Amino acid sequence: MTRVSRRIALAALLLTAAGQAFAQPARYGIGRAATPAEIAALDIDVRPDGTGLPAGSGSSSAGATIYASKCAQCHGATGKEGPNDVLVGRVPGDGFPFAADPKVPHTIGNYWPHATTVFDYIRRAMPTTAPGSLSNDEVYALTAFLLHANGIIDAGAVMDKASLPKVAMPARKYFVPDTRKQAAERPKP
Amino acid sequence: MKVTRRDLIAGAASAVALGRTARAQTPPDSTKVRGPGPRAVGDRAATARLQRIVRGQAVSSTPHQDLMGIITPSDLHFERHHAGVPAIAPESYSLLIHGMVERPTIFTLADLKRFPSHSQIHFLECSGNLGRTAGPETTPGMLAGLTSTSEWTGVRLSTLLREVGVRAEARWLLAEGADAAVLTRSVPIEKALDDALIAYGQNGEALRPEQGYPARLFLPGWEGNASVKWLRRLEVSDAPFMTREETSKYTEPFANGTSRQFSFRMDARSLITAPAFPNRLERGWVEITGIAWTGAGRIARVDISTDGGATWAPAQLQDPVLPLAHTRFRHMWQWTGGEAVIMSRAVDETGYVQPTKAELLAQRGPGTATYHLNPITGWVVQADGRVVYKEESWA
Repeated sequence: MTRVSRRIALAALLLTAAGQAFAQPARYGIGRAATPAEIAALDIDVRPDGTGLPAGSGSSSAGATIYASKCAQCHGATGKEGPNDVLVGRVPGDGFPFAADPKVPHTIGNYWPHATTVFDYIRRAMPTTAPGSLSNDEVYALTAFLLHANGIIDAGAVMDKASLPKVAMPARKYFVPDTRKQAAERPKP
Repeated sequence: MKVTRRDLIAGAASAVALGRTARAQTPPDSTKVRGPGPRAVGDRAATARLQRIVRGQAVSSTPHQDLMGIITPSDLHFERHHAGVPAIAPESYSLLIHGMVERPTIFTLADLKRFPSHSQIHFLECSGNLGRTAGPETTPGMLAGLTSTSEWTGVRLSTLLREVGVRAEARWLLAEGADAAVLTRSVPIEKALDDALIAYGQNGEALRPEQGYPARLFLPGWEGNASVKWLRRLEVSDAPFMTREETSKYTEPFANGTSRQFSFRMDARSLITAPAFPNRLERGWVEITGIAWTGAGRIARVDISTDGGATWAPAQLQDPVLPLAHTRFRHMWQWTGGEAVIMSRAVDETGYVQPTKAELLAQRGPGTATYHLNPITGWVVQADGRVVYKEESWA
């Protein structure tokens, strides 16, 4: 390719690139505005600071009744028996022996780092035979029951949108973010 | 011609290198009978019926021992779901994007298809992709069949985020599925603005229901669980949401007494797909072939050992070698009889070398969760030519 033809080719390339840039607007104007009601209907997530928790409340004693009728068949009479995930159990001294001992089940009491996750997950996915069927009061009550069964809150504690985010979980301090280097940070061989 | 059982066994043994299974029918002379005409929908050859390996209610694996090249046929793409496969009518599908955005917006499926479409060939791997209790009679698909490669088509998530106007303080977004688990994961905004897709296509057609029809999030190179299927909602936020999947699950205890969270990237791995169980070798030249992949870019090299890891030689990489996609490798080996252990080891373009089981155990401890385990694995060629999985004890 001669010098001139190379220049022409380059110019053509730049033109093409510029043309594409012009063809892509800041916005396409596709889609429609979501109304507050439409957002509220789907926005069920709960964050660790309590954002998203609904009105309502529940106690451990109320939760025990619901647990026995709707949860115990999969998680066991006291949350320790299975056959599905073991929910209840602490590690002596609140240690973190999971890397060493595969037999220690990951429970709410010894592994879950945030109490709000218990509420969020029960509300969205439990019980698996009728997910999404529990009222907010029932979810608060089950959350209170499971936190009390794990020895994290007192028997009389009531869970609501003010109290639940304040519950400190024993395993919280053991969680660390991924420190592997991003691909771009690694040296090329 | 009468086919005996002995003929079939011999035929199966000779077909081993191709990973095919012989069947019991000999068709009549095809040059003497006119065949059937065209059909609206084709089917596999009757002798090439393939199946996923189904385990329980929530998992099925890709039968890599039966596949070639790098693309996984869509109906053999692995499955992992948390409350079954939902049935979603495409005309009622919508995706809501809200939170820290200027314009909370609802997109229909037709809306998503009006944006510029991108097609990208990528692997998708479940982070729990290792049969840790596998016995000798384990196939490649049983061992590590929770990875598959497809051409994914969709709209770049960055395009949608520009459309709704992401605020400067945005750092994460929550992706939520419309399955009965209403599965949620938090995703860093950097990935969303980089190469994330809202995918509606797979290998030239609509997504399979098991893969998230009508539309899913697709995060190239990252653990499969984060690529939320049946995507109904994205909420932009300044912090992660700490969902059940990213706290009590999909976190990895380490020997130093911590648990690693938000470990999205899948590191380099390779898997010999033939010869492997249930193949049986004949003496002579054997093609050792398999797939390698990495969440950190391209595969740079795959090494093969035929002496249990004592010596290694580089395999040939089959073009195309694509970033964040399965790469096919092959290595011709002369088996002269006698027991041999064959292994593969992937190296990616960042220099990362696929670890041994011992290296992983030293870092992670024997009790660690099964997530992100990518050890070098091997197959034993027995003296009689039978190939079995080289068992590994993890406890």
